[in-house]
Amino acid sequence: MSLLEVSGLSKRFGGLHAVKDVSFRVEKGTIKAIIGPNGAGKTTLFNLVSGVIPPDSGAVLLRGEEVNGCPPHRIAAMGVSRTFQQIRLFAQMTALENVMVGVHPRSRAGFLAGMFHLPWTWREERDIERRAREALELVGAADLAGADATSLSYGQQRSVELARAVAAEPELLLLDEPAAGLNMRETSELAKLIKRIRERGTTVLIVEHDMGLVMNVSDEVAVLSYGEKIADATPRAVQKDPEVIRVYLGDDAC
Amino acid sequence: MLGSRYARVALFLAAVVAVQLLAHAAEKPFFLTQLTMAAYYTLVAAGLSLLMGYAGQISLGHAAFFAIGGYASGYLTTVDLTARREGPLVAVLARLHVLVPHADLYGGEALSFHPWAAFAVAVVLTLAVAWLIGVPVLKLKGHYLAMATLGFGTIVYSILLASESLGAADGLGSVPPFPLLPGISVGGGRAARVANYYVAWGLVALALLVLSSLVESRVGRALRAIHGAEDAAASMGVDVARYKLKTFVLSAVLAAVGGSFLTHFNAGIGPAEAGVMKSVRYVAIVAVGGMGSLWGTVATSAVLTFLSLRGYFGTLDDAVFGAVLIAVMLFSPDGVLRFDPRGALRTARDRLRGSGVAG
Repeated sequence: MSLLEVSGLSKRFGGLHAVKDVSFRVEKGTIKAIIGPNGAGKTTLFNLVSGVIPPDSGAVLLRGEEVNGCPPHRIAAMGVSRTFQQIRLFAQMTALENVMVGVHPRSRAGFLAGMFHLPWTWREERDIERRAREALELVGAADLAGADATSLSYGQQRSVELARAVAAEPELLLLDEPAAGLNMRETSELAKLIKRIRERGTTVLIVEHDMGLVMNVSDEVAVLSYGEKIADATPRAVQKDPEVIRVYLGDDAC
Repeated sequence: MLGSRYARVALFLAAVVAVQLLAHAAEKPFFLTQLTMAAYYTLVAAGLSLLMGYAGQISLGHAAFFAIGGYASGYLTTVDLTARREGPLVAVLARLHVLVPHADLYGGEALSFHPWAAFAVAVVLTLAVAWLIGVPVLKLKGHYLAMATLGFGTIVYSILLASESLGAADGLGSVPPFPLLPGISVGGGRAARVANYYVAWGLVALALLVLSSLVESRVGRALRAIHGAEDAAASMGVDVARYKLKTFVLSAVLAAVGGSFLTHFNAGIGPAEAGVMKSVRYVAIVAVGGMGSLWGTVATSAVLTFLSLRGYFGTLDDAVFGAVLIAVMLFSPDGVLRFDPRGALRTARDRLRGSGVAG
């Protein structure tokens, strides 16, 4: 059974068929990339998988269980975490606090426990902080723990956001254009980091423009064009696919 | 964090004692009456601070929750059920001492709810109303949420004003004292002034302890996350709708506790307590105290409410709170107690130029 299976997924926005009958699988322990030109429906696909928007038809199966229609927080609780194309850090919170929110699915202290500072929450609180610090360390941002998250540089904010997404040690990590705005050195570090995250047991689904990164880290690549899947194979095979080349480079003149 | 929280509550209690000693030394013991009343209004502001400053949700209807608490306590402790004494429910409640006989206005005997029972009903009723209102209303954001809660406040005010059984425009009177602990009752009377002052501010200290624990907990972080980026919070597994609702209900219950106690202390309550201007006043206090600053809100509430109750603002009472709100929004949207003069000048300049500030 695949960790994630998407079958026949469709989504329309008015006249725009953003995602058209898309199916693919992500096997446990792999890194899969979804590529495609701008407007191909990649981010819509991500939002469908993470529950931000419901599909018009089709199904999203997590470990064989249908999850479409579940709200984002339920899907997160099932072990799916994500980053955003536009960085969405929590303002007026430190980097560490931001990442501690990431541990939310792995902790349970509620309103009453918080209000009365119940003893069992003390250990949980320490555990949350430990996991958060580990995640910051993983992305190489341990020294940023105390900094106000939104005052950090762009690249640092990307790191903190990634730490927040992996802090709960999710089963499936969705990365929405993680290399956007990064320079070459930062991008190659990101590639190493994504591989390290996979080694920790997290399966990764990544939407990306940066071909170098995609071809470097992915086990499989699916290509979208105008909402439809036109290829789904190993990076090497996809690079040679004439349809993919046509979509990316355009038709031969005349 | 833990140490600093208890240290702050201890400091707060020291300030409470200092104010009482000061009032005594200045031979103005009657100040304690308004200070006690201010404490109960401060409970509303503290709850609203959690809702607005931490969870980022506005409410222009919190005066209504204060009034629901106050009216529930006032009504149940003054309603006379003697005529229905034979009814099975009344008989059972009387046997359980939920209903107790007491002297009525005309020297006769009336059968009403015990203040504790009335208090419990007030809390549960407010919880239920806040829940029912919160579920649909909290789907709204920003201006829309403000307008919806304003509408709710207006409805409660109109109902109170139109209900003969709740005294219509006169409100409720002759509400008995609340026997809180053996020897200590929440009620007027000069002899109990000092005790009442400590009960009221002790309650505020308790609320502060509980709320500051909450904001430093896992839930508190989640609330601040909702404030910062709702969609991202949801993607981290935070049940945004549920957290907003629970915060709304919690702040409403705190308001109701304040309303219930103040009604016993003043021996009555009127419909003006549910008025829109009261709600605006609470919002102004939270804004001055600083969004996301529980302690700032409490300090601001204590000072402004006391001054207002002593009548220092005269007939301009409501206007003062309106002006305060405008000034805060223009010059220091983060609150006066976090005032940053240079930043304020910059913000004010930008705003007066009309460029606005994003977010």
